[in-house]
Amino acid sequence: MAKEQTRGTFAPAPGAAPPARMILAQSALETRMLLRNGEQLLLTVIIPTLLLVVFSSADIVDTGDGERVDFLAPGVLALAVLSTAFTGQAIATGFERRYGVLKLLGSTPLPRWGLMVAKTACVILVEILQVTLLVVIALALGWSPHGNPAWVVLLLVLGTAAFSGLGLLMAGTLRAEATLAAANLVFILLLLGGGVIVPLDKFPSGVEHTLALLPISALSDGLRDVLRDGSGLPLGDVAILAVWSVLGLGAAARFFRWE
Amino acid sequence: MDSSPPAVAITGLVKRYGDKTAVDGLSLTVERGLVTAVLGPNGAGKTSTIEICEGYRRADAGEVRVLGLDPVRDATALRPRIGVMLQAGGVYSGARAEEMLRHVAKLHAHPLDVSMLIERLGLGSCGRTTYRRLSGGQQQRLALALAVVGRPELVFLDEPTAGLDPHARHATWDLVRELRADGVSVVLTTHLMDEAEKLADEVAIVDRGRVIASGSPEALCHDGAENSLRFAGPPGLDLGSLLNALPEGAKALEVSRGAYRIEGDIDPQLLATVTSWCAQHGVMPERLTVERRSLEDVFMELTGRELRS
Repeated sequence: MAKEQTRGTFAPAPGAAPPARMILAQSALETRMLLRNGEQLLLTVIIPTLLLVVFSSADIVDTGDGERVDFLAPGVLALAVLSTAFTGQAIATGFERRYGVLKLLGSTPLPRWGLMVAKTACVILVEILQVTLLVVIALALGWSPHGNPAWVVLLLVLGTAAFSGLGLLMAGTLRAEATLAAANLVFILLLLGGGVIVPLDKFPSGVEHTLALLPISALSDGLRDVLRDGSGLPLGDVAILAVWSVLGLGAAARFFRWE
Repeated sequence: MDSSPPAVAITGLVKRYGDKTAVDGLSLTVERGLVTAVLGPNGAGKTSTIEICEGYRRADAGEVRVLGLDPVRDATALRPRIGVMLQAGGVYSGARAEEMLRHVAKLHAHPLDVSMLIERLGLGSCGRTTYRRLSGGQQQRLALALAVVGRPELVFLDEPTAGLDPHARHATWDLVRELRADGVSVVLTTHLMDEAEKLADEVAIVDRGRVIASGSPEALCHDGAENSLRFAGPPGLDLGSLLNALPEGAKALEVSRGAYRIEGDIDPQLLATVTSWCAQHGVMPERLTVERRSLEDVFMELTGRELRS
């Protein structure tokens, strides 16, 4: 103890915290920042909820045979994944890069892979909250889901991977303002043209086949196959999402600039 | 302890951005336990050099070792041991000062007491204000706190007092002195001469991507320097007679009518010689001053330019 007393306040005692503690702390902070951001909540919670309630209750779009909510619920779940993994993550990460947050974190003991794990944990946590909320609302609206829950989880995970890769690619290469504008624009375009609330067969057939290759279309179509129609694993949609995941995450890893 | 590698050892560092050469064969050794100021005008290559030491940028040529480690290859081992103060930003715009500081503390094994640090740096008044609404001075002090909270061996402070009011500047200087007293090595960049003169044990003057002079502030100001003694008196004094009284090598000039300058080794003996010569000649020397060269003068002599250009 005698030695302790002679040591000054700032006497060096460097060292990294255990990785698990760093990642837990980083995940908690990222989640707090996201939930504190009003625009993000509008995007991730309010818009999907409103779309589900309004389009289920009123006959605005012809969703084909069956209950409207059975068509809409899977689409809105896909939209929830898009809003958090792609739009929200792209905008948040873009501004973190712009404001030097990523740079500062790069000088701390937190490794880059640890930061990425924390971001993924944050996205998954928010998605769990979204999915829980939307499922409760859909059930209240008379939704009757079918199919194997494991396939639903697999589709949601692949969708998250695909959108995260694309979101991080955008955040790591464009200016923050450009990311903000582009991520919101893509959100709206994919909302309209990705089979979320408007069935793809309403589009001319050439356009329909192209749109079906989008990750949002694969996710909403795959979820619909399982949850509405009770089908097995939709391999075509899984393949499309897997390709987007590999391309998106690969390009993000290759081109992401930290400042 | 003597066998431990220096805090920073840079040899022949080159960094180019396109066809612009920011750092041009810079060499610098920073000893441990000292405050070292890297002084130079904007665009001299200070920040590039520091950011290469921090592992943010790769050198195009030359060798850089920080605490004996390669900042890029050995980043995982090095990062916990250094603290970095960025010139601007670094904090989530929606985070509160204390929240960010507590977070970075959690990333370290033996962090400082966050409440103590908040009080020391006067960040208590930030309360629940988010980062984007803090004043520039508060943001600056938070950046300093973030650099030291992990109890590093070596801190890099990039323009630590730029934009601070005099009160906050002195608080920052006090903290730097305390870091040094507690055994932390400090490397800071600045273009403020008084900051370098007051704070640093060692100064490296950087210009156009090279170190053009280095040493303690005293050595830099005295080394090879002719200091001078000035006084005013009646015009047309007999300087030949004064010169005979002075030691060899000293010079005496009437710079302008009635304004005199003695150049040479200005020591108490010489001062006494001048005043007694004046007494013998019935001259009352007015506005008698001994002038030392400042780092500003040193810089101007070395480069022919003003430091703050």
